[in-house]
Amino acid sequence: MAVLERSYKRYQGALSPEWSRFLIIPRHAYRDVFRSKLFTAFFALSFIWPLVCAILIYLHHNVNALGIMKLNVADVLPIDAFFFQVFVEVQGTIGFFLAMLVGPQQVSRDLTNNALPLYLCRPFSRSEYVVGKMSIVIILLSTITWVPGLVLFLLQSYLEGWSWFSANSWIASAIFLGSLVWIVLLALLTQAISAWVKWRVAARAALLAVFFIPTAFAEIINQIFETRWGQIIDLRALIGNVWAGLFGSFVRQAASQVQESRNGRVVREALFSAPPLWASWFMLFLICALCLWLLSRKVKAYEVVK
Amino acid sequence: MGGPGVISLDALSVTFGRRPILKNLNGELRGRAIGLLGPNGAGKTTLIHTLLGFHPPSAGAARIFGSDIRTEANKIKSLIGYMPERDSFIAKMSCVHFVRFMAELSGLPSAAALERAHEALFFVGLGEARYRNLDTFSLGMKQLAKLAQAIVHGPRLIFLDEPTNGLDPPARQRMIKMVRDIRDSGQAHIVLSSHLLRDVEECCEEIVILKDGQLVVYCNLEEERKANKKFLMLETRGDLKEFVAAVAGLGCECAVTSDHRLKVILQEQTEIRDLYRLALQYQVQIRRLTYKRDSLEDIFLKAMENGSG
Repeated sequence: MAVLERSYKRYQGALSPEWSRFLIIPRHAYRDVFRSKLFTAFFALSFIWPLVCAILIYLHHNVNALGIMKLNVADVLPIDAFFFQVFVEVQGTIGFFLAMLVGPQQVSRDLTNNALPLYLCRPFSRSEYVVGKMSIVIILLSTITWVPGLVLFLLQSYLEGWSWFSANSWIASAIFLGSLVWIVLLALLTQAISAWVKWRVAARAALLAVFFIPTAFAEIINQIFETRWGQIIDLRALIGNVWAGLFGSFVRQAASQVQESRNGRVVREALFSAPPLWASWFMLFLICALCLWLLSRKVKAYEVVK
Repeated sequence: MGGPGVISLDALSVTFGRRPILKNLNGELRGRAIGLLGPNGAGKTTLIHTLLGFHPPSAGAARIFGSDIRTEANKIKSLIGYMPERDSFIAKMSCVHFVRFMAELSGLPSAAALERAHEALFFVGLGEARYRNLDTFSLGMKQLAKLAQAIVHGPRLIFLDEPTNGLDPPARQRMIKMVRDIRDSGQAHIVLSSHLLRDVEECCEEIVILKDGQLVVYCNLEEERKANKKFLMLETRGDLKEFVAAVAGLGCECAVTSDHRLKVILQEQTEIRDLYRLALQYQVQIRRLTYKRDSLEDIFLKAMENGSG
């Protein structure tokens, strides 16, 4: 099928490995994503916090620099698990907004333009399609979360020495796992919403709603039922618990409420505690499973109308 | 004719919910270009979708180049190209980017995919418009872009679902010519689904007619045409009595329809020149001789009248 010959000819050359084909989707998607100058600027700004953290780590180990700035080592933030937890939380929040900008149009565009038959008539399965679409968000968010997080960890290890590294290597796995859970959750949520809400603006609003409306409901549940178990529908609280658990700062909150009569007698005493850590993991797992189910309902070559 | 056919259907049935869409389809299709005909709702597109693996068969089996559509779907999909009936695109892409993307999804490495995308677009006649965004294309150009994505990876079997839909006559002619070019290249088999009998007649050697989800006619158009060449209509002048007896003496069936007209069904061993020889012998003028052949329209209408196959 040469341009000049203009005749049909079969392709006889080598093929790309099957396992790598899902990566074709993000590679082509980034062309479109980075065409927006606004997005590119926002993406660049998302590296400011890692830069600030790198400077803090550097200052922590540079007495001369501290001297110039008239600071004491004690005045500088300690570089410990909490430091990296804050890093993951800040970058995770920025990642949420990046996912909100990139994610919602990915599947909806294909559904609107009937593109799914074109993907699925090729040696490319539905699961490869979903993984390909998710990897747009996963790769993008990885570059601002666990990748710089691990770079910072390695920088700190380099400056502090081998003993610090060996004693705190669990922080590296917490950075990686904590970021990954958040990224996968965001990727699944954005794709599931994208599959069901075709209008991009509405999809973005839906993503915001998924994160903020349950917080209000959770508080209402907590107040009405005098409990803390309302948290299990609050995505922000769930991921916060998971991060705290991974960085070793999770404390199961407990509180008591005592009602007394005028003469000082205890009329009613209520004890309530927050859900355990495993409940947060379990709920996140359920949400991911729900997103996959929602995607499987929509990602089809053709929808059979009943 | 040994080896597996292009498409083998073995009691293939497809059901949506409780509604049967394809009912017990059987057949072995071997042609270079196979036409899929049928009225609206007959199951043409469902059959194509089932062969592409979009709908699971509820019973029976189907094979493409000997590979089962259920168990070897990926192998089959690497051998086929599909041009859908409806508009199917990926938004915000230039035409060449779109076709290249499709080639890469079919397994071509990036560089080869780009090269083939350019070639495919020149082949379909979109060479000059290949850097334009697909959203700006006319309906005819979109049809060509769909064809380009279906052939960019050089498949062995190409499914074309209503490829001439919405095309003006010159564009339709170009599309038909391209389909014929692909067929004549001998590099790929084509399954062409269409409502337009003329499209199928111009491109296909074999036809399958579906009605209410059943296969009512399967025929080889070439053989059908050859068979019909034996059927002649003669317009004559002169005394027919002896001439008709002589023609019958050759073993041909003969019927006089009016004073000067007769129908003749030639035997295998009889040639037309034998009729001219007898006409000369019995002083009969043959003023007009026509082959009466069943058109595809006749075959289609008969199939529709005969009902279930």
